[in-house]
Amino acid sequence: MIPELGHLLAIFGWTAALGVLVSGFWGGYRHSEAWVALSIRLAKLQFVVLASSFVLLIVSFLHDDFSVLYVANNSNQLLPWYYKISAVWGAHEGSFLLWTLVAATWTHLVANRAQHIPLDIHGYVLGSLGFINFLFLAFLITASNPFERLVPNTPINGVDLNPLLQDFALIIHPPMLYIGYVGFAVAFSFGVAGLLTGKLDSAWARWLRPWVNYAWAFLTVGIALGSWWAYYELGWGGWWFWDPVENASLLPWLAGAALIHSLAATEKRGAYKNWTVLLAILTFSLSLVGAFLVRSGILTSVHAFAVDAQRGLVLLGILTVVSGAGLILFALRASTLRSRLEYWGISRELLLLINNVLLTITVATVLLGTLYPIGYEWFTDGEKISIGSQYFNAFFIPIMLVLSFFLALAPISQWKTTPLKKFQKCFVFLGFAALVALILPWVLANTFYVGATIGIALGLFVLITHVNSLLKRRKSLHLGFVGMCIAHLGFAIALIGVAVTSVYSYSVDGRLAIGDSLDVSGRSYELQSVQTIEARNYLAERAEFVVGNRITVYPERRFYPIRAMQTTEAAIRPVLFRDLYVTLGKPMDNGTWGVRIQEKLLIRWVWFGALIMAIAAVLACSDKRYRRLSKRDLSQYSRT
Amino acid sequence: MISNTLRLRLLFALPIVGIGVVIFILAIGLRGGNHTVHPSTLIAKPFPSFEAPKLIDNELTNHEELLGEARLINVWASWCVACRSEHAVIQDIAAFNLISVVGINYKDQRVDALDWLTELGNPYDYTIVDLDGTLGVDLGVYGAPETFLVDSKGYIRYKHIGALTDKVWEGEILPLIEDLD
Repeated sequence: MIPELGHLLAIFGWTAALGVLVSGFWGGYRHSEAWVALSIRLAKLQFVVLASSFVLLIVSFLHDDFSVLYVANNSNQLLPWYYKISAVWGAHEGSFLLWTLVAATWTHLVANRAQHIPLDIHGYVLGSLGFINFLFLAFLITASNPFERLVPNTPINGVDLNPLLQDFALIIHPPMLYIGYVGFAVAFSFGVAGLLTGKLDSAWARWLRPWVNYAWAFLTVGIALGSWWAYYELGWGGWWFWDPVENASLLPWLAGAALIHSLAATEKRGAYKNWTVLLAILTFSLSLVGAFLVRSGILTSVHAFAVDAQRGLVLLGILTVVSGAGLILFALRASTLRSRLEYWGISRELLLLINNVLLTITVATVLLGTLYPIGYEWFTDGEKISIGSQYFNAFFIPIMLVLSFFLALAPISQWKTTPLKKFQKCFVFLGFAALVALILPWVLANTFYVGATIGIALGLFVLITHVNSLLKRRKSLHLGFVGMCIAHLGFAIALIGVAVTSVYSYSVDGRLAIGDSLDVSGRSYELQSVQTIEARNYLAERAEFVVGNRITVYPERRFYPIRAMQTTEAAIRPVLFRDLYVTLGKPMDNGTWGVRIQEKLLIRWVWFGALIMAIAAVLACSDKRYRRLSKRDLSQYSRT
Repeated sequence: MISNTLRLRLLFALPIVGIGVVIFILAIGLRGGNHTVHPSTLIAKPFPSFEAPKLIDNELTNHEELLGEARLINVWASWCVACRSEHAVIQDIAAFNLISVVGINYKDQRVDALDWLTELGNPYDYTIVDLDGTLGVDLGVYGAPETFLVDSKGYIRYKHIGALTDKVWEGEILPLIEDLD
């Protein structure tokens, strides 16, 4: 009964989404308080029934109800309970149920937290969010039902969750990503509402900003977790592969970052209105492209697990309808909007423009690199081409370095115009940062790389100018400014981390017999023993390494018999400023073991920086002015 | 002369073109564009190496088990409609006992696949499970059904895209098998 009830609730959710869609748009169109109120009620109903449906799927997993196809395919009696819960979103059907639940949650939040915005905008935003979830729920209940039964041939046991997904980071990585992806639907909907009402002004930007910041913060955490997961779970020490699926999450992240910045200019100066609303639409479109790339079966990669091809077409249809509707509306309405830009000097507006130009170029190059292989094969009738990290690095790194330079000027710049002498100190800062960056490599490693040095110098430059501005203004700080500065500091930390770890890391491969040792950058790694151990749902060979006589680490090779899969569990030990990273390879014929030992400098700064950016984004939108309605707004718009 | 307003309108319509191109590329990718290896590029190449479980008993198998005799390798799935009509032809071929027939169960649910074989009969000596389609990528599979002829040394001699018919079997594959001997 439980699975049927779950499916029924999902159908109720779909009906509720239809209700939100109709009552929201109608209420917005007619300025009707009653209809918008109905929409708010239905948004709550949608949230409650989808959450219940989701809980019922969790219950099916916890009960080992293998008569449910999705449970049989993704769980097993031996699976620990927490993986049984995370298995709910471990594959296609369940992850879409999660998607729709997240969408319903955002809708519910917007319905209740945005009571102070004009009635028509509120109605249209809810209607648009209802429309999006209506499409996804239609897909879920017809073509992607997680509650589908497997009768009469119910298996006694399930085929287990993919071992690569049996991991802590992977429990929270997909929900974080989805909260981010779907959060941009709020930006999309505000864009639609702004275009429909014509009220694309600074108040509109101020209402939208917190939602974008929250969505972007979650997406940042999701991407960082994914990278961290790849780093320790895939077992070879890579943390970013320019895999199409990684790019799929990076695209809306970059576009979202651009949106955050252009919204600042729209709010404060009424500038770039058209561009901001276009970005709001495109960011969510890129989220949909991302969801499509991961879930359509178009790619075969570590992320894209068994899906059948038909569903991709439906997802592509949703992408076409949603982004098409948004962009057609944009084409029809945006040309009537006017932005005001009174002054073109060295100003914060200009820096934000530079930010947006650079980020847009980055989005375009990453998108091109991701789609190119697909198009290439079609045009050349099946010749394969692979776009590797060289292409991406060749564009991404220089653009990010230029971006960092202008970023460092951000806290000094002022709206409208900034006197040039304000920037004088910057030259001193830049000189100092460059000096440190030049000396540091000799201290670190006795080797020198131009790229890394530029990266470190610019990272330090950003750190210094922002800390300096924070100290200077400590008497009159507001959260918006503090959030911006901390986010930029996070960026600088991540930048330095990337620059250092990409170059100053060591990797040595060797074959070791028991008792042998390897030296890596002055530390000895001795293989003490290899033991076979038997865990709940896997077998493992566990090696014991003693590092420098003090630290003991245990890398493993695991075999999961139910799925016949072999995984490598690297042993990772963070010490000051670096990670020791030991991977156990294959046993060789002569009793030796393949071993890879790596030392990764400052690798943790990459994720730490990302985390800081996420926290800062939330901090910035906790500013008072986003919570209360200013008197000016009140006089400008009455609620009805 | 195009008026300024119209020009502005056209400019604002450009993003539609952009997203249109993206959707177009994704659509051709979905159709199999990125999985395709042109049939001719596979002929006379060794069958790709793989390791995967068998459908019935879940035992691991690999490309080496294919060696030793010529094989007709049929890619099928329970969700594939054309496979159902093709199945009778495959059964006839297997009953003919001229060549060993091996299945590749492509991106399918194990239980559905087993049901399918129970319902329609099992002509395969064994069936290789390709759950996530990786073997399919190596083989350049457009979509099920597809059929490969592999000689006793493990080299691909022929590939047919789409459902096998008696005509294809008698006109194209049988002569090739006779050549192999």
